[in-house]
Order: sequence, then C-alpha cells, then structure tokens
Amino acid sequence: MGIQQILFLVLAVISVITALGVVLSKSPVSSVLCLILTFFTIAGHYILLNAQFLAVVHIIVYAGAIMVLFLFVIMFMNLNTEGEPHKRNWLKYAGAISGGALLVVLVAAIHDTTMPNLQAVPTDVGLIENLGKILFSTYVAPFEISSILFLSAMVGAVVVGKK
Amino acid sequence: MPVQYYIFLSVVLFCIGIMGVLMRRNAIIIFMCVELMLNAVNLLMVAFSKMWADAGHVDAGAAQIFVFFIMVVAAAEVAVGLAIIVMMYRNTHSVDINLLNRLKN
Repeated sequence: MGIQQILFLVLAVISVITALGVVLSKSPVSSVLCLILTFFTIAGHYILLNAQFLAVVHIIVYAGAIMVLFLFVIMFMNLNTEGEPHKRNWLKYAGAISGGALLVVLVAAIHDTTMPNLQAVPTDVGLIENLGKILFSTYVAPFEISSILFLSAMVGAVVVGKK
Repeated sequence: MPVQYYIFLSVVLFCIGIMGVLMRRNAIIIFMCVELMLNAVNLLMVAFSKMWADAGHVDAGAAQIFVFFIMVVAAAEVAVGLAIIVMMYRNTHSVDINLLNRLKN
C-alpha cells in the first residue's frame, strides 16, 4: 500500500465522519464547523489528484467565503440556543432508509465496472498556467457569462434582503 | 489506486447529503447538505480529470474548468439562498421548513 493510498484512506475516513457530523449534530454551529472540516479534507483530495489550483480556490471560496456567510447568518439569527423542533420519528427513518437505498443501488451498480487505475506520477494539468490557458481561450465566453450571473445574484440578494 | 475508490467516496458523500436534506427540518442545514452534494460531484469530476490525464489526453483540464464553474454557481446560489432564508426568518421568526405550507390548501 503506497503513501498515496494511505493518505486517501485517512482523508476519506475523516471526510465521511465529518459529513455525518453535519447531518447528525444538534446545533447548527457545530454543523457548520463539521462542514468546514469536510471541505478541508476535500481540498486534500484535490491535492492528491494533482488539482492544486482547485484545492486553493476551494479553500478560499468555501471555507473563506461561503461558510463564513453561513456562520454569519446563524449567529445573526441566534439559532444556536433553541433546539430544532421535534420531528416525527418515522419521517427521519424514512429519509435515512431512502438515502441508504440509493447508496446501495449506486454502489452495487459501480463495483463490477472495470476502470483504469490512477497513476502515482504527477500530471501538470491542474497547474494555474495550464488551467488559465484553457479558461481564457476555449472557455472565455462562459467565464464572462458567469460574471453576469454573479452580478445578477448580487442584485437579487440585495433586493430580497431589503424587503 | 483504482478510480473506483473516489467514486465510492463521492457516492457516500452524496448520499449523506441526500439523507440530510430528507431528515432535517432546519432550512440552513438543508442548504449545507446541498453544498455537500455539490462537493461530492466536484470530487468525482476531479478524479475523472486525473484518470483522463493519465490516459494521455490533452484536454483533461476541461473537467477542472467545469468544477471551477460549479464553484461559481454555488457561491451565487449561497448568496441568494441565504438572503431568502433571512427573509423567511423575518416573516415567521423560525427557519423550520414545516411552517412553509401555505400552498397546501
């Protein structure tokens, strides 16, 4: 078992445990903190997969911007003190069973397939130089359109929040 | 290392996200579970990008550009969605989604 496989297993176990913590923890603030840990382990997976630029962007965007926004909203509404209202139990079990059934179906569908192994040799696809060349030559139109999307989202957030 | 490992990890994270959406009633936690599902898909896409690059294809970076655009859309979605949740909290003083049943009758 190579060092890459050991690192993958450690990161995978941490990400699954913290993802379960997001769903199962009682207070929203600990859910947010668990989700931040999950995002850091996913960034570790990106580095293992030679997507260095995506790993850095992932940490900046998710842990730096999105989760701070979540924490800000939770603290702003002071949700941490009151518990979640009691939900009927059979509904929870139904949700867990349907999610688990989907998991079983997908795993059963995938585990017989044959796919190539990931090589341990690094590739330079994920470096910022190569990605920048692709982004600003082939995909420059979607890039500009996404800026319009951001603008409209910003205007929409302000309009919705001002009412 | 087989690429199936990453597929299994993504499937597990995605199903945890689905379970969270179905089980919880707090709108913010449901929103975070949606983010978790988006990240599971992103991880899958980066794994396939590495597989494609190992096979010697030159356009393997396109998958990572796609992941980049998914992050852009996720950030825009969070801004609008959290504004909607704040507005809902102002109107009902709660983020419980079971209170939002006015279309029921």
